[in-house]
Amino acid sequence: MSVPQILFLVVGAVTLGAAVAVVTSRNVLHSAFLLALTFFGVAVLYVLLDTPYLAAAQVLVYIGAISVLIVFAIMLSRKVAAPDLVQRNSQWLLSLIVAVLLFGVLAYLTLQAAWPAAKQALGVDAIGGLGEAFVGTYALPFEVVSVVLLVALVGAIIIARER
Amino acid sequence: MIPLSWFLILGAALFCIGVYGVLSRRNAIGILMGVELILNAVNVNLIAFWRYRTPDQLTGLVFAVFVMAIAAAEAAVGLALIIAIYRTRDTVIVEDVDLLKM
Repeated sequence: MSVPQILFLVVGAVTLGAAVAVVTSRNVLHSAFLLALTFFGVAVLYVLLDTPYLAAAQVLVYIGAISVLIVFAIMLSRKVAAPDLVQRNSQWLLSLIVAVLLFGVLAYLTLQAAWPAAKQALGVDAIGGLGEAFVGTYALPFEVVSVVLLVALVGAIIIARER
Repeated sequence: MIPLSWFLILGAALFCIGVYGVLSRRNAIGILMGVELILNAVNVNLIAFWRYRTPDQLTGLVFAVFVMAIAAAEAAVGLALIIAIYRTRDTVIVEDVDLLKM
């Protein structure tokens, strides 16, 4: 077993463990911090997939912005962070069965298919190519996404504003 | 070399954990965390397929960045809605927000 494989197994175990704790923890604040750990694990996976740019974006956007936003939301609605409150609803057992069955089907299909065993050589400069794609082939979707982001942020301010 | 199937299994597991979180949480913020896990799982799959199958085209990478931007927008709007509901209804437990229920 090579070093990247061992790294993947360790990081994957930490990521999945943290993700399970996110959805099962009784304290929402613990969930939020474990969510940041999950995001960091996914960022390491991006590095293993030779996309350091996306790993940096993951740390900036998910850990730096979304996790902090979630912690703020929990702080602003403090009553729900009480540790003695039941955090799962009455259909949690059914949800668990559905999730496990879904994973079983997905894992079975994944293992059935014949995937190429090895990576091909990275023919393009991923970061430079991404920059060129955003102003070339994908210029229109890129602009649309930027407008969506702007509208969402303005909308968020209007929704959350005190009247 | 890490086989592609390892990444796909991990993505599937992360996705299913997120689905369980969305379905079983009573707290609206907890549901939002589940959605974030699902979007992360999708991104892992996109990048893994891009790296192993079509590393000469940047489509997978571009889509992953778009997913990230949409996730940020979704988190901002979702949390704004939760704060607005908390302000008017004094709760973020989704079962208690039943204004439209007869």
